[in-house]
Amino acid sequence: MQHRKSRLPAYLLDIQREIEEYARGYGLDFWDVSFEILDYKRMQEVAAYGGFPVRYPHWRFGMDFDRLSKSHVYGLSQIYEMVINNNPAYAYLLEGNSLVDQKMVIAHVLGHVDFFKNNYFFSRTNRHMIDEMANHATRVRRHIERLGLEKVETFLDSCLCLENLFDPMSPFIVRHAAEPPPQEETPPVELPRLRAKGYMERFINPPEYLEKQRKKLDGERDKPRKIPREPERDVLQFLLEHAPLEPWERDLLSTVREEAYYFAPQRQTKVLNEGWAAYWHSKLLTQKVLKPSEVIDYADHNAGVLASAPGRFNPYKVGLTLLRHIEERWDKGRFGKEWNECDDYDARRTWDKRLGLGRQKIFEVRRLCDDVTFLDEYFTADFCAENQFFSFSRDERSGNYEIDSREFQKIKDKVLFQLTNFGEPFISVQDANHANRGELLLAHRHEGVDLHQDHARATLEALARIWRRPVNLHTMIHDKPRLLRYDGSAHSDEAG
Amino acid sequence: MALRIDPEHRRFRDIVRGKIRQNLRQYISSGQLIGRKGKNVVSIPVPQIDVPRFHFGNQGQGGVAQGPGKVGDVIGPGQPDEDGAGKAGSEPGEHVLEVEFSLEELADILGQELALPRIEPKGKERLITQRDRYVGIRRTGPESLRHFKRTFRQALRRQIMMGHYDPKRPLVVPVREDRRYRSWKTVPMRQSNALMVFIMDVSGSMGDEQKEIVRIESFWIDTWLRAQYDGLESRYIVHDATARAVDRDTFFRTRESGGTMISSAYRLCAKMIAEDFPASEWNIYPFQFSDGDNWSSDDTSACMEILRREILPSVNLFCYGQVESPYGTGQFIKDLDDAFKGEERMVTSEIKSKDAIADSIRTFLGKGK
Repeated sequence: MQHRKSRLPAYLLDIQREIEEYARGYGLDFWDVSFEILDYKRMQEVAAYGGFPVRYPHWRFGMDFDRLSKSHVYGLSQIYEMVINNNPAYAYLLEGNSLVDQKMVIAHVLGHVDFFKNNYFFSRTNRHMIDEMANHATRVRRHIERLGLEKVETFLDSCLCLENLFDPMSPFIVRHAAEPPPQEETPPVELPRLRAKGYMERFINPPEYLEKQRKKLDGERDKPRKIPREPERDVLQFLLEHAPLEPWERDLLSTVREEAYYFAPQRQTKVLNEGWAAYWHSKLLTQKVLKPSEVIDYADHNAGVLASAPGRFNPYKVGLTLLRHIEERWDKGRFGKEWNECDDYDARRTWDKRLGLGRQKIFEVRRLCDDVTFLDEYFTADFCAENQFFSFSRDERSGNYEIDSREFQKIKDKVLFQLTNFGEPFISVQDANHANRGELLLAHRHEGVDLHQDHARATLEALARIWRRPVNLHTMIHDKPRLLRYDGSAHSDEAG
Repeated sequence: MALRIDPEHRRFRDIVRGKIRQNLRQYISSGQLIGRKGKNVVSIPVPQIDVPRFHFGNQGQGGVAQGPGKVGDVIGPGQPDEDGAGKAGSEPGEHVLEVEFSLEELADILGQELALPRIEPKGKERLITQRDRYVGIRRTGPESLRHFKRTFRQALRRQIMMGHYDPKRPLVVPVREDRRYRSWKTVPMRQSNALMVFIMDVSGSMGDEQKEIVRIESFWIDTWLRAQYDGLESRYIVHDATARAVDRDTFFRTRESGGTMISSAYRLCAKMIAEDFPASEWNIYPFQFSDGDNWSSDDTSACMEILRREILPSVNLFCYGQVESPYGTGQFIKDLDDAFKGEERMVTSEIKSKDAIADSIRTFLGKGK
């Protein structure tokens, strides 16, 4: 059977146009959005493909699909909305949802598309990714036809292990700014001499000493340059440039890298992006779109989206409440030196300068922030207390998760730690010729939490398959520096 | 509906099957599958397979959330210890994937993994009988098969369509074209029937652990044989000094005590076969489990006699599995081996521990009889 590609029926299209009109009125700025209605099976399929209709073949998508369809069967989850960062944007509606739900999703999606288009962190993403993904799929299929599934899949598995080893900031950094032209002759370097008065020169800088200095300098000049010169966080790029890869392997690795970079901003801005979309669906629906008879249903479903279960950090809710908090602060002028220095409780409580800058401010936030800067800048002690945040951890004795603090600074540190680098470890390439044996050396910048060791070892194996020489990882385990090594057949682990 | 992702989904399931195959021995000896048996599916817990990455071990990390409560309040139960170090995948970690397999698939994996040959049923049992089943309706046929209700319904329909029907005078007269007849289809019925007789020693010397081994091993034998035969009967016999036939449930639960006279079970088994399951029509597989401690050597020679005269001639295979028990002498397996040296249909195997179950199954079923 063919996949049913149902464009929106007329009545939903009318609703979409209507909501778009209201949204423009509020100043949202988005690309055309093409909605498609899918039944739940197709919806799970698309969700497993990360929102795209076509991806390269890999069992991981099958696994995600398996999980999604199981949790659907057991009634654990429902996919609400999905939208692709693409121009024009593509989004999906679930067949059989109530009209209120569809309205909510349409409004929510417009929020996301506005965000994709205007947020700085998305500015370097490929806006025709939907085509690019299809190209990737075709290329990978071609490799499979030529080389067989096993071979391609094994290599893809290895690449995917390293998927998170890239530098999300690198699209914004201009590197290797036009290498200076190699000079024919290096200018003669003056030998370092010890300072001496003329008549003492012969004694303080005797010829033997000068000769030694000359040798040292020559030695330094002849010493091979270290690769990479600076630690390199974009491990994937480094491997593309320096690992001994077959052309097809290079192609697969660069595919994985390209997709990782494409998805990165969505992970970098999860809280803000969802908060922004939730802000706008709630604003548009309650102010403009809903009929009185629909309000109760809307409130019910909206509450479901914004629910916060114990132990869960709900990005929709946190993002939304923080945006509203900012809006209120800038409406009432609760910012700046005067506000910060005021410690009169009553004055702060009734502080209202009627500036009305709130809307403008949140538009600024949506343009400039990612989650880290968003929360770093605006997650204040007031906000923290008002919204009953707490931090929790596992109690060693009982094994239960317990609230361990309601202290603002602790909570904020933890939030930021979890958001920084997507809550993943910082790993960089240190040396491509470790121990002068062509081994690869990576280093983990340890910040208090150890790596998952089984997975770290398995990842080293994948890395060794790509590097084709032994690989090493500097890390800390139980506060002691360790060097994990995999030489292609066995692991070792020494103090390092 | 065919989905684009189906090949990927299948591939994933293949990979999971591969995992299960790798760890089959572990699954066989753990016995945890038996409790998970649904009607025709078994749900198997496999450790989550995922792409490994450099990421943080989760221990004690916790997080930030919202809500009421004071410091020290429990917000949720912890997960099993998982600090990443230690043996790979020996304990199911926090992510456990439940994969459902039909019993046939499981038997298939078992067969491939233990290299079990397909069983060749006795020659005459491959006879295929045909049976007619009435499954449809057609317009022609013998009058004896005319379907009156459908015929009259057709006539009524015709009359209404043509406007001849008068509700005040509801007269319905079928004409030739209205007649409907039952039609049949010929269904081949395979008559490869098999009987499993499980015999267990439940005398005082058989402890819970021994019974657990018996239980697990019979589950797998049962699964395998069911995949081989369409009609499979099973009978259960427990014995101490006397034997009785019981149902499946009782078979695994009873705990009796007392002496052991294996001959009593053999007599019952022979009687069962002679009365209900003629050897010419049935593939018969007795499986006997005991700790090998018989009451007296007189009884043992009686056993050999019954086996030789009555049981062995009518069965495909006689399997004797001896579990190790701290009390027993374990003499019986030696007696059997001595008495039936060179007898193809007699298979004996010692099951020292749970880990030996897989090998024992292979010994029993590996001959493809």
